[in-house]
Amino acid sequence: MKFAVKKALSSSGARVGVLEVGSCPAPIETPALLLATRKGLPHFISPELLPSLPSPDSNLLQVSPLHFLEGLSTTTISKIGGLHQMLGLKQHGIAAVPRDSIQCLPESKAATRLGASFETPCGRLLIKPKDYIEMISCMKPNIWASLADEVPAWVSEKRNKTSVDRTLRWLDDCISLYPAAGSIFGAIVGGTSLEERKRCAEEVAKRNVSGYWIGGFGLGEGIDERPALLREVMDILPDEKPRLTCGLGLPEEILQGIAAGIDLFDSTYIYSLTLGGFALTFSLDKSGEQHNLQSDQIGSDSTKINLRATAYRKDMSPILENCTCYTCQNHTKAYINHLLNVHEMLAQTLLEIHNTHHYLRFFHVIRAAIQDGSFEEFRQAFLESRREHFKGEAIST
Amino acid sequence: MRNSIAIAVPLRLRPNISNTLPHHKFRPTCFHSHEGHTISCVPYSAPQTKPMALHFEILGRFNRARAAQLTLPHFVCQTPLFMPVGTQGTIKGLTNNELERIGCQIILGNTYHLALRPTSELLEEAGGLHNFMNWPRAMLTDSGGFQMVSLLHLADITEEGVTFQSPVDGKPMLLTPEESIQIQNRIGADIIMALDDVVKTTITGPRIEEAMYRTLRWIDRCIAAHKRPHDQNLFGIVQGGLDPELRDICVKGLVDRNLPGYAIGGLAGGEDKDSFWRVVAQCTAALPEDKPRYVMGVGYPLDIVVCSALGADMYDCVYPTRTARFGTALIPEGVLKLKHRAMADDTRPIDPTCPCMVCKNYTRAYIHCLVTKDAMGSQLLSYHNLYYMMRLSRNLHTSIVEGRFPKFVCDFLQTMFPKGDVPEWVCNAMEVAGIDISSCCAPFPSCQEKYSSDEIGTNDIHMELRLTHTSYRPTRNLEI
Repeated sequence: MKFAVKKALSSSGARVGVLEVGSCPAPIETPALLLATRKGLPHFISPELLPSLPSPDSNLLQVSPLHFLEGLSTTTISKIGGLHQMLGLKQHGIAAVPRDSIQCLPESKAATRLGASFETPCGRLLIKPKDYIEMISCMKPNIWASLADEVPAWVSEKRNKTSVDRTLRWLDDCISLYPAAGSIFGAIVGGTSLEERKRCAEEVAKRNVSGYWIGGFGLGEGIDERPALLREVMDILPDEKPRLTCGLGLPEEILQGIAAGIDLFDSTYIYSLTLGGFALTFSLDKSGEQHNLQSDQIGSDSTKINLRATAYRKDMSPILENCTCYTCQNHTKAYINHLLNVHEMLAQTLLEIHNTHHYLRFFHVIRAAIQDGSFEEFRQAFLESRREHFKGEAIST
Repeated sequence: MRNSIAIAVPLRLRPNISNTLPHHKFRPTCFHSHEGHTISCVPYSAPQTKPMALHFEILGRFNRARAAQLTLPHFVCQTPLFMPVGTQGTIKGLTNNELERIGCQIILGNTYHLALRPTSELLEEAGGLHNFMNWPRAMLTDSGGFQMVSLLHLADITEEGVTFQSPVDGKPMLLTPEESIQIQNRIGADIIMALDDVVKTTITGPRIEEAMYRTLRWIDRCIAAHKRPHDQNLFGIVQGGLDPELRDICVKGLVDRNLPGYAIGGLAGGEDKDSFWRVVAQCTAALPEDKPRYVMGVGYPLDIVVCSALGADMYDCVYPTRTARFGTALIPEGVLKLKHRAMADDTRPIDPTCPCMVCKNYTRAYIHCLVTKDAMGSQLLSYHNLYYMMRLSRNLHTSIVEGRFPKFVCDFLQTMFPKGDVPEWVCNAMEVAGIDISSCCAPFPSCQEKYSSDEIGTNDIHMELRLTHTSYRPTRNLEI
């Protein structure tokens, strides 16, 4: 894996970088989105349709090794030759992170000094560094995060401190058990304590890692608490190594993370939208302005539409007129509305394609704004006009 | 990949096929090879008094089996062919793009479901189901009758039509032949099915006779109600249970109406296999040569091979996609249950001989960890299973056209029954089809029972119905 910062803004931490990973067909520009997966493949998008998403933007996937504990042994994965081989995704970059924010959630109460605990569909699992490294060496991801003890925002100071101690110790275990597979990203935790965040970042920065995985977010802290915590960490980390985070999924959170200097994001936003029958429609205008698109329908606002609404029953237009995704090029809102009504899985497939495509374009527009030097204006315009719309919705309905 | 993405433009139906049909007689020019293969044959077609929206051209034969080109308003198809069932305007989880890649030529939509949601009126407004789902190839809709009878507890059949309770609000409703055809006219499929009075083959008694005659009376009502004979083909359905005389009367009655194609209905409902094949054999022998024959509800790959040998052309069944959702894959040896523990460390592809995307990229072990738990598992298995059925269809067509059909059948049976335990009913059917499968069968008493070829294969049949009481034997499972 190779990473280089191409342009960094002085006004904020935002930067555009280039990531070369595995056998991706082309270098990937950051900030970038990692697609969420279940057992290595997208939830609904068939491998046949993955290439229809923008490339190489869509070539980064986040995979949780814990998903495979439900029915696939590490020996078998080894025999097959690792994740890329097993998933038929030889040209994709895979980042292994135990937490997937949907089904594999850190369970801080059950973590011990021996390992981190996760609530998974297989029940509560205790993952020890040794076991984790075994999974990583069989799976051979391009990037992997070290094992972390993530805690929610409301734990005691003592527990928070313990989580940092454990995370650092497990990082050292991971490094010494070095699986010779992929680039290790050191995990940084510390909850909502500025001191602990600083301490953790300092310690991790001393280790020989290829990048940083900044965890412990999306676990109960307020969105306004984050900038300070992020800044505390970023100020310490060297600029030239990539930063990956977990739990910042909404557009506002992405912008917040980018402003702080994060390069890689996972997001469960797309999955939640898809399950809810929503399609993203927010403006991708490079100014960041959110024009009032379609805000009259029930359950919809100008950032997304709810295709379950009866208003779309006869709407023979695509979700978004200028969208080049497979869904908008081939299908209408009426068809997706019908599929949702009759509970057909194709609805989720089509929505996941559109939403992923749209979000990837969002990142693209952000990168252009950073290159232009207009990122801060973009962010302001985006946040303010979005806030106006939401306020408008709240008042009018 | 990008090049093959279809752009959504309003679909236009192809120009009226009926204008291009030949209206003069052809002399059949058939070249017979010494092995009994027919190399090329131009069908003898009577002057068309009815408009037809299809053209059926036989390209090759082996005895009763035929390979043909079926030209429909939306697509040119090769038969024998299998039609996946897309109940509610979609084949579970697969996009049109994938269906085209798999090689689907015709998909089936269920009128009953579509009339409920999104309603035939909405589909008509959208320009038909083709436009609504943006499917560029051919489509067939059933009449809605079967679903009604099988899904609704209080459905009742009278001379008027099928009375039932609306599943939406419990109101009493009536589906008449006229209404069924009107709904299908609005949906706009290339082939539409007549409303028939369908009874289970497991029922005996006067009900079967009543249903058969009613089906004939209803076909006239369907024909009268059909507003789009120029771009939609109305197929009649042969009923009559397992009674050869009733079947014969029904076939004659339908053939008199000179329809574009005929279906053999009322089967695939639990009858024993021996009865099943005999009905198919009788009907295919009696139905006109130059029109497609569609065996409804079939099914298992073995059944399709047998029926094709007996002279049928089209099939539909929910089996491949339904069984995929339960974690079962179709393979040449039979079926593979991916849920089974033994699959957890099997690093082979589902079918090493299959060139589909799933078999080229994934192992049994990986699919095992997905099936029944994740949507992607059903998707991948449905993809493979449909690919398998399309591959089977293509192989049937090509092997007949290329003059190697008997070898194909033997290879098929040998792979599925390596111990030579080909079921008796298959042996009997192949005997009638004139295909020598002795190389695939271990010595088996029933295989040697001869039926004189005069008894079966002619229009006037006095076939002794021999219900052998062998209960239906499922396709051979690959037990691990």
